[in-house]
Amino acid sequence: MHRRIYGLETEYGITYSFNGQRRLSPDDVSRVLFRKVVAWGRSSNVFLENGSRLYLDVGSHPEYATAECDNLYDLVAQDGAGERILQSLVTSAQLQLSDEGSRGSIYLFRNNTDSAGNSYGCHENYCTERDEDLRRHEQFLIPFLVSRQIWSGAGKVVTTASRGTHFGLSQRAEHIWESISSATTRSRPIINTRDEPHADPEKYRRLHVIVGDSNMSEFATFVKVGTTCLILSMIEDRHTVLRDLTLEQPIKAFREISMDPFGDGHCKVRLANGREMTPLELQEEICERVEAYVAKRDIPSDQLEALRLWRGVLEQLRLDPLVLADRLDWVAKYSLIEALRTRENLPLTDPKVQLVDLLYHDTDPQRGLYHRLAAKGNLIRMVDEARIQMAVTQAPETTRARMRGAFVRRAKEKNRDFTVDWVHLKLNDQVQRTVLMKDPFKSHDERFDRLLNSL
Amino acid sequence: MTEQEHIQKPSTEKNDEAPSVELVANTAKNEQLKNDLDNLLDEIDEVLEDNAEEFVRNYVQKGGE
Repeated sequence: MHRRIYGLETEYGITYSFNGQRRLSPDDVSRVLFRKVVAWGRSSNVFLENGSRLYLDVGSHPEYATAECDNLYDLVAQDGAGERILQSLVTSAQLQLSDEGSRGSIYLFRNNTDSAGNSYGCHENYCTERDEDLRRHEQFLIPFLVSRQIWSGAGKVVTTASRGTHFGLSQRAEHIWESISSATTRSRPIINTRDEPHADPEKYRRLHVIVGDSNMSEFATFVKVGTTCLILSMIEDRHTVLRDLTLEQPIKAFREISMDPFGDGHCKVRLANGREMTPLELQEEICERVEAYVAKRDIPSDQLEALRLWRGVLEQLRLDPLVLADRLDWVAKYSLIEALRTRENLPLTDPKVQLVDLLYHDTDPQRGLYHRLAAKGNLIRMVDEARIQMAVTQAPETTRARMRGAFVRRAKEKNRDFTVDWVHLKLNDQVQRTVLMKDPFKSHDERFDRLLNSL
Repeated sequence: MTEQEHIQKPSTEKNDEAPSVELVANTAKNEQLKNDLDNLLDEIDEVLEDNAEEFVRNYVQKGGE
């Protein structure tokens, strides 16, 4: 399929700090953060009127899962809306805590690691055809996911026992242990195979990509999801002969690539067939194949735009990565850290450097360093703020999410008791009317219209 | 440049209002970035001077997923 359904789940890190001292545990501050949600939905796990899901996840991480999107601009807007929604919760929780006499500030981070080696994720979900061949994933998708960090990585100052402190591309390099598996918390894989399609299980699967970083950059989110869609189209199209790029050791390659952001460490990955290539060469080869594939097909224009931008990034990476500070997280962060280090003559291990690394991901629009750079026009935006604000209350119109959002809004207005999940809309009255939405592509349904009109 | 880079969006698509992103940033913008980074570092100087070490050390979460 070329038109595809996808969504992002993002776990946020949270802390409450006064002069550097942690005053409340993440559990406690998350509970305060979700008071408003619980008051609204009588649960800390709710679906909102924009079709998204907002909840407190394992480990007290506030988590936001976007509604199903079939358009990359919608996805960026829905994902940004999640951050704005959580920020509004932060604002009211901050007021409550001040009223209760606590002195301190809530920090909500959109990153993937803390200072103690714990990790939390940004998972990409792609609706795929049921009939899948994992060998084709190994040959083409895994090599793509392992090497795309050269442009999609959020960057991080990493310290490891063996290599000391260095600037790495991926926030997740030290936290991914397997290539393909069904685990998530104990042994994180690159892709997760647990079979929860949230759709007609005879027709669809849901590919769960775990390996990616939480991007601040809208550009990176747009391009990573768009290009992954194209790779999946090629994998699903059995008439397309894929070049076998199976990696000899995907996890080892993932870590080595992360350690060599500028390619001056001459990192090469080894394919199962013995061939060696740089991560940039691997990306270029995949990109070339994708370009040949789309030439003969009717591909959605937003995915073609992602492909064009991907090619542009690869060309620039060959010339001078630093020019990409206007679109890639790791380059923007690296530039900021280097400016600080040059000015104060600091080593990478300096706490100020680590604080800048962290504050880049601060979701507070006035405080967060990504947001301050973006506000000055230093990072490219893919959608304007008005579109993000609209996505705070409006679900995507072209997918199943439209019906979920409309149902939640109407049921709330009419004060009706209801239960919603990804595939069901249910009224908890005597008749217990339920609409089952097995097709995520379908944005209209007569049964849904009847249910909505009866409210 | 390859063929694909010239593909035009069909006018019926709703993405048309989205701004077209330039493929490469220009060097003037890079100069601008240098100034902006320096200004930003000036602005957050106080934050960085204050308790950076404690803040970072105390930023501890539980594992997620």
